[in-house]
This record gives sequence, C-alpha cells and structure tokens, in this order.
Amino acid sequence: MSDSELDAMAGQLDVILSAVGRVQQVAAADIPPTSHAVPLTNVFRPDTAAAGLSAEEALAAAPAAEQDRFRVPRILDDE
Amino acid sequence: MTTTLGAYDDVLDRYAPVLGLETHVELGTATKLFCGCSTAFGAPPNTQVCPTCLGLPGSLPVTNEAAIEFTVKIGLALHCEIATWCRFARKNYFYPDMPKDYQVSQYDEPLCTDGYLDVVVGGEAFRVEIERVHLEEDTGKSLHVGGATGRIHGATHSLVDYNRAGIPLVEIVTRPVQGTGHKAAEVARAYVTELRDVLRDLGVSDVRMEQGSLRCDVNLSLMPAGATQLGTRTETKNVNSLRSVERAVRHEVERQGARLDAGERVVQETRHFHEDSGTTSPGRSKEEAQDYRYFPEPDLVPLAPARELVEGLRATLPEPPSVRRAAFAEVNGFTAIDLEQMVNAGVLDLVGETIAAGASPTKSKGWWLGYLVGRANELDVEVSELAITVAQVARISELEDSGELTNKLARQVADAVIAGEGDVDAVIESHGWKVAGEDELIVAVDAALAAQPDIAAKIRDGNQGAVGPIVGAVMKATGGAADATRARELILERAS
Ligand SMILES: [Zn+2]
Repeated sequence: MSDSELDAMAGQLDVILSAVGRVQQVAAADIPPTSHAVPLTNVFRPDTAAAGLSAEEALAAAPAAEQDRFRVPRILDDE
Repeated sequence: MTTTLGAYDDVLDRYAPVLGLETHVELGTATKLFCGCSTAFGAPPNTQVCPTCLGLPGSLPVTNEAAIEFTVKIGLALHCEIATWCRFARKNYFYPDMPKDYQVSQYDEPLCTDGYLDVVVGGEAFRVEIERVHLEEDTGKSLHVGGATGRIHGATHSLVDYNRAGIPLVEIVTRPVQGTGHKAAEVARAYVTELRDVLRDLGVSDVRMEQGSLRCDVNLSLMPAGATQLGTRTETKNVNSLRSVERAVRHEVERQGARLDAGERVVQETRHFHEDSGTTSPGRSKEEAQDYRYFPEPDLVPLAPARELVEGLRATLPEPPSVRRAAFAEVNGFTAIDLEQMVNAGVLDLVGETIAAGASPTKSKGWWLGYLVGRANELDVEVSELAITVAQVARISELEDSGELTNKLARQVADAVIAGEGDVDAVIESHGWKVAGEDELIVAVDAALAAQPDIAAKIRDGNQGAVGPIVGAVMKATGGAADATRARELILERAS
C-alpha cells in the first residue's frame, strides 16, 4: 500500500471505530442482537397448493439436465 | 475389515450400551414448508417445484401454518415444552441436494424441548427422554451415475430431483439412553415403533418407512460395565425399517465390542447401514468436522406460538397409543404380555384388523405372532409387507375353526398365498388340500400301528405317552391333512 492509500484508510478506520464505539455504548449485555429489523412474528400461509413450474420450465436455466433432473458435477473426489 | 464379531449378549455382559436416536418425519401437509408445491409422493422428477423451493433469485419463503401446528402437536404428544418464541436458522453447506446452498432448519431455538416417550420391553418400562423436536425442510433426491450401483463413491456425476426439497421435516432427537443392557436393540426398535404409532395417531404423517417418510439415525456407544464416562459413539445413518433399527444396534454392539476387546478404539464417524447383510460400513468422517455457519434465517420472521393455540392443540390430542391398546387388550382378552409382544413385533394393527375381518382374537394373535412374523423373518421382509391380507388370514382361520383345514394345512395355504399362488379358496382347490376323511384316517392309523408293533403294544398297556410317534406317522402319511385330535382318539381306539 502507498502512503497516500494508508492516509486515506487511517481516516476511514477512525470513522468505523467510532461508529463501533457508539454501538457498544448501546449494546448492553441484556439487549439481544437484532436478527430481524421489522417487529413481526407468525407470518403464515394456509396449507393450500399453488401451481408451480413444469419440469421443462424448472430445468430451462439449468447448466445441464438429464432424465428430467439437474445434472451436477460429481460430489465426492475420488479417494 | 478383519474384526471378528463377538456375540451380542457376550459383549453386553461386559459393556454398557448407550443409545441415541434421531428420527426424521416428513409431515403429511398438502404443501411444502415454505411454498405451495405439492408434497405427493412418486410424481415425475422436478414437477413439484417452484421458484421458492428451487431457490431462484427474488423468491421468498412463507411458512406453512399447518406445518407449525403439526410440529407443536408432536411436541405436545411427546410431553415437550413448546417455545414461546423461536427462529428458523440457515444451515449453510455446499451440496447440490439443496439448490439454495443452504437448508432452512432450526439450530439453538427448537420449537419443542425436554419431553419423553415411554416404551415397554420384556415387561420392563423404559423412559426415553426427548431432547428436542425441530422443524426443517427436506432436501432433494440425488441419483449418482457412473459408479457402482448408485453409490456416491466413484460416481462421474449426479442427477437431482427437487420434488422432495422443501417438504416439512420434523427431527426428533433423544437424549442418550442408558440402562438398557441386553435390551438395547429391542428398546431402540420399541421406541421407533411407539413413536411411529404416536405420529400416526396424531395424523401428522403417513409414517411410511419404506417410502422414506420416517427415517432413523442410530447412535451407539459402549462403555465398560460400571464406568461413568461415555464411550466413543458412531452414528448409523438412514436406517429405514423397524427391523433394521434393531439389527443396526445389534451389529454396532458386536462390532464395537470386538474392537474394544482387541484393544482398538472405536472411531467417531457416520456409518451406513446395509439392508442385505445387516451390517454397517464407514461413511464420510469429514462430515463430523463440518461447520454449517448457522445464523437466524433473515427471510422468515420469528415464530411465537400463542398459548391459546398451544392449549387448543393440546385439547385435540388423541389418547396415547398405550391407552388405546389397553382398551383393545381388554375387549379381546389379551394379557399385558400378549400386548407387548404384538406391539414390539409390529403386528398389533394386523391382529386388530384380522379380528375385525371375522377371526377370533386368539386365532388372530396366533396367526400373526405364532407364524407370520417368523415367515416374514425367513423371507427377510417386514411382516406388514407379507403378500397376504388380513381378510385372507381371517378366511384361513375360519376354515381352520370349522375343521376344513388342519393347522398344518392352514399353514401350507398361507405359504401358498404368500408365494403368490392365488387367493385362499383357489389355492386349496388347486392343491386339492382337504382334511383327511374318517376312512382315510383309519387306514393311516392301522398302517402306522402295524408298522410299529412295539409302540402299539405300549399303547395297549395304557401308556398314553407312546401315542405321539404314531400321531406323527399318521400326519406324515396324510401329508398333514389329518385332524390330530381325531387321529389320537382313533389310535387309542384301534390299538386296543
Ligand atoms: Zn415450491
């Protein structure tokens, strides 16, 4: 890295660390980490069937297909 | 592998087994866990798929409400606590059976925890503790091409069908089960049998092991008798019948016992079960070290089953199989031992259906437990898969009761039906099987007595115990068509 790059990075790093510091002030041990930004629970759909794709449509974008199945490279290396 | 197998009981005289069972159950919902695709078994490949279960860009999952309710019901039936709040987790791995490169599962927040299921083996009750019950999506099915007989090893490529990908799958995990001693294999089988019956009564799955809707992984370790430190365990994957559960435990006990006796160590690994030989072989030990980088699934909101919903579902639970069975035993005059034998042999329903088809309880039990279970073992199939219907068993039993068939002939008829020769009456007709008439019987009795004059003399002297060999000779002469009771009477009569 050149000196000018290091100078730019040092400034950015300072901004990042002060942002982390601000979060740490708020994130006390009794506050659980956020996994979902929206306070919603129990979003469900009824157990009723909906039309899907045909095998032809499903396989249309597959790099390779064989016997109406997705053809994939071998899974295990030879041992 | 050059280890010699110590006999099961011999090993368990010296080592204490510790069992663990992980059971996967495909739920019987109409649609998949996160999309509206059908879950019907046996459709042509990749015809029950959509952008969501194929993981196409821009698609988003929405949880099937019925799958949550089914899972809560399973938890309640297994006496579990139901979480008040929990999340799905993303299990990341690179294996083409999931097109998204991850599987939606549950990690440290399962829906149900801390339950139990009681089983009875040999009159002894065992409580199997349930650690967790969680919900996840099933994976696609792979065909491995180019290697030997569909094995993944040596395959040149694989073909994947995603019809099964996304079907709701419940995983039920036990805590380590200790204290089973010599009954380890039977306890394992009894647990899976009981679990299957609970699930079937709940109506949450068709629990067809042969179609893979109920699959079992069997963990087993041994420790020296009296030790407290658990030994190294193996995990035998995809053990897919009740018989196989028992056989897999027996085999691992014998295999591990032989290793420990030889001063070798048991390797912690996953193993594959082979139906044909009843043995296990090592699978990929790499899997053990794999880091799935679980994290909360961002595309699905948390689950918070309302207490009213949980209590409402609890109120709909059917009575446990044990209560239903006790009532069945009472009505039909079966003892607790009869009941346990029928349950653990997997014939209770068959006996019930045979009774409903018109046979007596004693005869129905006798046919299944006393004969057909043994035939199934000889033919190496599950007893429920024998090619004989309950109506056919009831018909044979009826002919036996009316004296038209002897027990020996009746068994020959059953064998012929199982062999695919036709229906009961057709088989009897084509073989000309009928009970020997009085005249035929007298001829046979006289011939048998004449052939063994020493025995005939003993009988004449009042030694009734000597009758046996003559009855045997009469049976042989008539091809099993003699009524043994009548033959006995005639022998006593004609000898004097
Ligand atoms: Zn779908």
